[in-house]
Amino acid sequence: MVERRPLLNVLSHLVLIVGVLVVAFPLYLTVVASTQTSDAIVQAPMPLLPGGHLIENYTAAWNGTGGGSGAKAPVGRMMFVSLVSALVISIGKIAISLLSAFAIVYFRFPFRMFFFWAIFVTLMLPVEVRIGPTYKVVADLGMLNSYAGLTVPLIASATATFLFRQFFLTVPDELVEAARMDGAGPMRFFKDILVPLSKTSIAALFVIQFIYGWNQYLWPLLVTTNEDMYPVVIGIKRMISGGDSDMQWNVVMATAVLAMIPPAIVVILMQKWFVKGLVDTEK
Amino acid sequence: MASITFKNVVKQYASGKTVNKVIHGVDADIGDGEFVVIVGPSGCGKSTLLRMVAGLEVISEGEISIGDRVVNDLEPSERDIAMVFQNYALYPHMSVFDNMAYGLKIAKVPLAEIKARVDKAAKILEIGSFLTRKPRELSGGQRQRVAMGRAIVRQPKVFLFDEPLSNLDAKLRAQTRLEIQKLHRELGITSLFVTHDQVEAMTLAQRMLVMNAGVMEQFDTPEVVYNRPATTFVASFIGSPPMNLLRGAPNAAHGGPPDAILGVRPEHLNLGNEGWMLQVDTVELLGAERLVHARLGDERLTIRTDEATPAPAVGSTVHARPTPGRLHWFDATTGRRLESA
Repeated sequence: MVERRPLLNVLSHLVLIVGVLVVAFPLYLTVVASTQTSDAIVQAPMPLLPGGHLIENYTAAWNGTGGGSGAKAPVGRMMFVSLVSALVISIGKIAISLLSAFAIVYFRFPFRMFFFWAIFVTLMLPVEVRIGPTYKVVADLGMLNSYAGLTVPLIASATATFLFRQFFLTVPDELVEAARMDGAGPMRFFKDILVPLSKTSIAALFVIQFIYGWNQYLWPLLVTTNEDMYPVVIGIKRMISGGDSDMQWNVVMATAVLAMIPPAIVVILMQKWFVKGLVDTEK
Repeated sequence: MASITFKNVVKQYASGKTVNKVIHGVDADIGDGEFVVIVGPSGCGKSTLLRMVAGLEVISEGEISIGDRVVNDLEPSERDIAMVFQNYALYPHMSVFDNMAYGLKIAKVPLAEIKARVDKAAKILEIGSFLTRKPRELSGGQRQRVAMGRAIVRQPKVFLFDEPLSNLDAKLRAQTRLEIQKLHRELGITSLFVTHDQVEAMTLAQRMLVMNAGVMEQFDTPEVVYNRPATTFVASFIGSPPMNLLRGAPNAAHGGPPDAILGVRPEHLNLGNEGWMLQVDTVELLGAERLVHARLGDERLTIRTDEATPAPAVGSTVHARPTPGRLHWFDATTGRRLESA
């Protein structure tokens, strides 16, 4: 497969181009639709080139003035709710996982292994499995339609705890001993040495968890009934309601494009960190 | 500066009902400003002993004092010690300066003084030009110096070295050995140095503590340890090639007690026309000297000659006679030195 043959080159490029088209076409269609009028979209076939209504569609979406018969929450507000939830979920997950992994790896307390396995076993229980009881708890605590309700039940993370545990186990014991010699207490060691060493793992986890938080669908669908607390993913769903007749697809598509931007920005910005972490390992 | 005292120090690990004793009661006094090397084969407990002084291992029984303080229950940072680790244990994300300053920052030493102390240590160790670099940008020898610098800036009463030279190449090791000696002369701080390398032990030590299987075999100056080994273990561990130990030697002929083990160093056996009758097995030329491996009856022994002595043919019979007054006698059952000889 290493030798250069023109035919092979053509073939491999063909496969790649088809792959890109399959992935990118729906995205392209979304962008195109967000620049047309709603009348143009419902025609068959719909136009495949961008139209001239970009600014008015996006303004309508941002301010919540379009949307026909569906819900009309302004996208600006929904993006803010999504951003706060995604940030709280990802930062909360990282903070709690770092601390619990620190406890499990560096402290000898009774039932240490029991707790580790208890955390590990919850890996097998995704939100969807425990969604009924979790909803009951959140509802009884009066956390419906609040940021707490949107984020707290999603913060505990066995995956991140496990990942940090594995990383801490690779930190040489001599570093711990050198820190003890230097007079650093446990939390000082954690803050000054362990966290800086985990930088690249933290960055990677942040990206993953931010997207996880941003894309939450089922849980916000249950705990938010108030338009003010809709994350943008739910907002899109609520906009699409009822018959096809009065649907302003152009505004829905503009909302979808807007909803895609923040995760994309996070990935693009943090990519630098990934590469940095891969190139010079700090160990 | 301070002395270190071991009082019947015992280390054991209990796992369930089985107790694994790894250090069987060490008693030793290390003087103020002395450089003591703890030497022994791997697994003899020498590192464990050092780590008990450092406070990284709990002392199971007995007492360790530094100066006039019993340190059994003190945290490592409260013991006024500094340690150089085998793999240096530098903080990978901190610059050389921060690595050296970290302990002082925690101790809340004023910044100006931290800077002065680090600069001084950097000057002694000639690492001033890369204080801003990260450890991964340094060579092994430079990292080693930074690790020593980190120990020096703390101005401790005791230095602990845990095989600090074993990750260096041979040339650098010899050079660093001399530097450690020089450093000790200049600073005069009590030092405990663990190694399995007898050359390091002989050259660095003012006194050396030879350990085997958790027991202190001998604690004396390198001259005494070499010339008057206290046990058969010390006799065979210190010296290369090791001392010949013969069980079936004609003791009476050399004035030794019957049944005792006769020890004689390879350089104290002289080839000649009379004396013990030996079968030559192999001959090795090492440059300035030649080693003749031979058998006396069914016991193997080694003779060291200079390169000018013609090599005896392999398989031939030669005669050798020990230098008078250079024989050692050891009890055949306990292995301890018999002083009558």
